Amino acid sequence: MSVIYVLLAISVLVAVLFFIAFIVSVKSGQYDDSYTPSVRMLFEDELVKKQKDVSTKKNKEKIQLNKQV
Amino acid sequence: MKSNNCFHCGDDCGNNPIALDDKNFCCHGCKTVYEILSGHDLDYYYDLQSAAGASPKSIDGRYDFLDSTPIAEKLIEFNDGNLQIVNLYIPHIHCSSCIWVLENLNKLNHYIKSTQVNFPKKTVRITYSSSDISLKEVVVLLARIGYEPYISLDDFDKKKKSADRSLIYKLGVAGFAFGNVMFLSFPDYFDLSSSNASGGEYWLNKYEPVFHWLIFLFSLPVLLYAGRDYFISAYKGIRSKMLNIDVPIALGIFVLFVRSTLDIVFDWGSGFFDSLTGLVFFLLLGKFFQQKTYSFLSFERDYKSYFPIAITRITKDGKEETAQVHDIERGDRLLIRSEELIPVDGILIKGQARIDYSFVTGESEPVKKESGEKVFAGGKQLQGAIEMEALKSVSQSYLTQLWSNSVFQEDKASTFQTLTDSIGRRFTIAVLSIASLSAIFWLYFDPSKALNVFTAVLIIACPCAIALSSPFTLGNMLRIFGRKKFYLKDTQTIEQLAQIDTAIFDKTGTITTAQKSTATYEGMPLTEAEASLLKNTLRGSNHPLSRSLYNLLAEENIVTLDEYEEHIGKGVEGTKDNEHIKAGSADFVGNGKTTDALTTAVHISSNDTYKGKYIFHNEYREGVSQVFEKMSKNFNVAVLSGDNEGEKQRLEKLLPKLTPLYFGQKPQDKLEFIKSLQEQGKKVLMVGDGLNDAGALAQAEVGLAISENINVFSPASDGIMDASKFKQLHQYIQASKKAMKVIKMSFILSLTYNLIGLYFAVTGQLEPVIAAILMPLSSISVVAFTTVATNFIGRNID
Repeated sequence: MSVIYVLLAISVLVAVLFFIAFIVSVKSGQYDDSYTPSVRMLFEDELVKKQKDVSTKKNKEKIQLNKQV
Repeated sequence: MKSNNCFHCGDDCGNNPIALDDKNFCCHGCKTVYEILSGHDLDYYYDLQSAAGASPKSIDGRYDFLDSTPIAEKLIEFNDGNLQIVNLYIPHIHCSSCIWVLENLNKLNHYIKSTQVNFPKKTVRITYSSSDISLKEVVVLLARIGYEPYISLDDFDKKKKSADRSLIYKLGVAGFAFGNVMFLSFPDYFDLSSSNASGGEYWLNKYEPVFHWLIFLFSLPVLLYAGRDYFISAYKGIRSKMLNIDVPIALGIFVLFVRSTLDIVFDWGSGFFDSLTGLVFFLLLGKFFQQKTYSFLSFERDYKSYFPIAITRITKDGKEETAQVHDIERGDRLLIRSEELIPVDGILIKGQARIDYSFVTGESEPVKKESGEKVFAGGKQLQGAIEMEALKSVSQSYLTQLWSNSVFQEDKASTFQTLTDSIGRRFTIAVLSIASLSAIFWLYFDPSKALNVFTAVLIIACPCAIALSSPFTLGNMLRIFGRKKFYLKDTQTIEQLAQIDTAIFDKTGTITTAQKSTATYEGMPLTEAEASLLKNTLRGSNHPLSRSLYNLLAEENIVTLDEYEEHIGKGVEGTKDNEHIKAGSADFVGNGKTTDALTTAVHISSNDTYKGKYIFHNEYREGVSQVFEKMSKNFNVAVLSGDNEGEKQRLEKLLPKLTPLYFGQKPQDKLEFIKSLQEQGKKVLMVGDGLNDAGALAQAEVGLAISENINVFSPASDGIMDASKFKQLHQYIQASKKAMKVIKMSFILSLTYNLIGLYFAVTGQLEPVIAAILMPLSSISVVAFTTVATNFIGRNID
């Protein structure tokens, strides 16, 4: 059997894997809200931090958010 | 913090702020929220964004209906006996602080397992353990921190619908297939698979069928799944004898597929599968771009979005029970608490009603009602609890019966023929005749080429670029308008806006502002001492009318009053150096005969003698005259008001001469008025704001709702416009017209590409590689052209 079958099979397999990953991500709702996660990731977990060190909290930089239109 | 603005909500604290921890608060509600949050280590809320909060409103029993299991069950999304998930709409969500505090709700109550905010939709999804905390407690907790969820009849009636993601799936399938087909077509593009003699590679030549059949496999899902909508739409179009743009597209896709399959079966060539998948991919991309939706706005609201699910009914033996709104019958006694909406028409039995009809009429000044008077559905009780007797059921009330009109059942979209579709008709006929003519020509000269040419024409003429120009132009316009706070439901609205020739305006709330901030004085002139005393008396009051009157009066020296008293719901009085002044309702100042219930007025008396009254007027929006002047040059303009003729003279002065003014129009009359205009062949734009305009907005070709605050509810419409942009209305219409011109220009551009392609097709020289280059090239240049052109238009509107 020629090596070309192997190569084609691998390339198609990789493509199909990515395709399945895409379908799964859409199904799990990742494309429903593309905005909130971008804000959420900027929150620091300051609740845990506060118990250790109270004084740094005041100087925390404010996260400014442009209202989405 | 020295500022006099509330640390929690940012409002002006007035004269007596409440101080706590060096911070000022405008009311106890705001202070309590601060205490709750800071008491649970949630002060970070104020660091993220200052003054992000809202002052909580009184709750007292308003959410009792959530204790009723059948109602709660309808709202809860998931329930396994222990864990419940509920999705609530919270209009106040507006900034990162909101997201943060709501997602840390479990710090306030650890029975709440997790919360997730969807910012664009302004919803929060709460998972909680139902054995420890009830739905009502969750909702009350939210309301207590100023994030009051909005639960309406709409939530109750709608079926749980999952988000429609099919377009993303289709786009994914088409993109996946397109990429892979292109990749597998490389041997063909570089001619590597031709015979050994012409410089091809032996092994690629040998395995050529493998490549071809793989390509075939990849394009099957594109034809059967991703491109399915075009076949369905084309079939529907043909069945209703309308050749829409999808007919030539579907024909092109189908011919592409059949021809390509025949090519590889009989080994005539390599087929056009790359063009096929690319075509579908680009078309879907256009659809995706067009599908810009403002998910935080709703254009489909009817009265159900405003009405509560349940209401408190008082049974014969005096007990309170929760009743679903649909179950209210004539004769039921209902208890309406503060901030609750009156669901049915009825008679006031007990209590002082101050009813805000702004949902209905756009008029923000509350109306006072005494027991025995009629109250209408849609009003919101502002102060204290009242009891009323229902006279009608929900669906038969004055306001709600408007929705039984057939206009709300029709879908406007189905009756409108877009520019693209009307081009599509001529295009299909032209393509079919060119294809047949050239086939006949070749049958005569070289019959072997006839089929080849016939299919080639259909393939190359597939109007991909034409179908793309409209979604990209209008989709981009939609985004530009959105940035200017002019939100349209869909791209079709722009097309319809460009065609209107008549513009009808509602008065109250549309061309007037919601605040009443001009007043005229009638009566005996006030002495200087009295004027000073009045101003100083009003200074202490927080009533909206006192505040506006205070701001209107001339500046006076601040003096300390000897005595000051505010009578809630009546007025204020103040004393200084034996001079006594009273300001408030007619009864309060001792002018028993209430002259005129139609105007809003503050009556004044000095030392118990009646002096006169300040009459408040609707203030017209800035630029009303200019808008009407510009509009009346190009369109027929008229004003349609539900009010009496009280403002007629002022309006006539303000608006261009001979502008038709109609007063006393009921909601149904407005609808009929628009209908009669349409029967004369007019294309009507209706601009309104309240629920009473809903019929007219639905009937008009384009219904625009004006809103002071776009997060607050507005009636069902085709577009929502921020009130501050009212001046620009004429510009927006002009911009829509220009956008249509851009589409026409890009039609010409794409037709040029089609003509070039047709040359190859008719002469029988169409190679797959030419099709593969020409198709994306024309699409990309059309997309580039429309984007540049619409941005140019967008730059010229402010």
